[in-house]
Amino acid sequence: MKKINIEKKILSENEKFALDNIMFLAEQKKLCLNMISSPGSGKTTILVRTINDLKERIKVGVIEGDIQTDIDAERIKATGAPAVQINTEGACHLSATQIGAALKQLPMSDLDLILIENVGNLVCPSAFELGENGKVVVLSVAEGDDKPAKYPAIFAKSKALLINKIDLLEGGHVEFDMERAKSDARKLNKTIEIFPLSAKTGAGMSDWCDWLIRSVKKNRT
Amino acid sequence: MHETMVAQSLIDIIMTEAVKQKATPLSAKISCGTLNPVNDEVLRFAFEAVAKGTSCEGVELHIEHKPIRARCTDCGCEFEVEFSDPACPACKIGAFKLLPDAPLIIEEISFQTD
Repeated sequence: MKKINIEKKILSENEKFALDNIMFLAEQKKLCLNMISSPGSGKTTILVRTINDLKERIKVGVIEGDIQTDIDAERIKATGAPAVQINTEGACHLSATQIGAALKQLPMSDLDLILIENVGNLVCPSAFELGENGKVVVLSVAEGDDKPAKYPAIFAKSKALLINKIDLLEGGHVEFDMERAKSDARKLNKTIEIFPLSAKTGAGMSDWCDWLIRSVKKNRT
Repeated sequence: MHETMVAQSLIDIIMTEAVKQKATPLSAKISCGTLNPVNDEVLRFAFEAVAKGTSCEGVELHIEHKPIRARCTDCGCEFEVEFSDPACPACKIGAFKLLPDAPLIIEEISFQTD
């Protein structure tokens, strides 16, 4: 028997395409964020509200990832923002090749910010670099305050955490210890920005939108 | 479920190397970090399914999980992070910086020699 030392990254094919996307985004000076969450956390509702709230200030383009249907891309297009739908046909995450192709379908010169809505899944998408400038993890209060402790990888890797559906906390419909969720996320990631918000009522949206504007400006310089 | 894509990439790498070595692969050693983990059982199942009918059929996978380390921002000591209770073992304070996680790599392939 002979042993061959190989030391090769297993997902290096994906990383090669991710690097192409990094170069493309840097040339274009566009900020691109990859939004990751469980299904039903409200990513698309957050996107629709964010696009509308930012309409007068910056132009947003969206890449939608779902296993099937173009329901989400249609919701985005209804706001007037350009959107490209990717159907993964069963795959649990988006890959860098898919993002490379989708970026070329967006009217890049008209845009300031590209938001990717990954397939609803708190685990697999965190293992696939897309060439984005940063990850944003979305957690809705109905999922429970223990998620940062239970799914540490995505919270450790994200630039920002959106805690959505805070309107459900009023009236005690949902038990969610905001301080526990925040401190568990910060234990793993000291610099993570945390925005509790409700995409339904609009509460907390302005802090998140201001952070996006600051991030877009920072990325240009 | 991303293990299926990991299995496919592994098979591509092993088969390329098998052609180069002109030898039959027997086993492969893989390692991963804590923030890019694979589920051993799922990966073995996916690997078996994708390998069927190829030169990788029957190849045994040895999978090593490497712990993630952190540096305490208070006392500066480095330690393995326990996710159930992430804190510095020396000063028990939860303020630390995660060190880079081990990547998902194939370390070694063993081939049959006649």
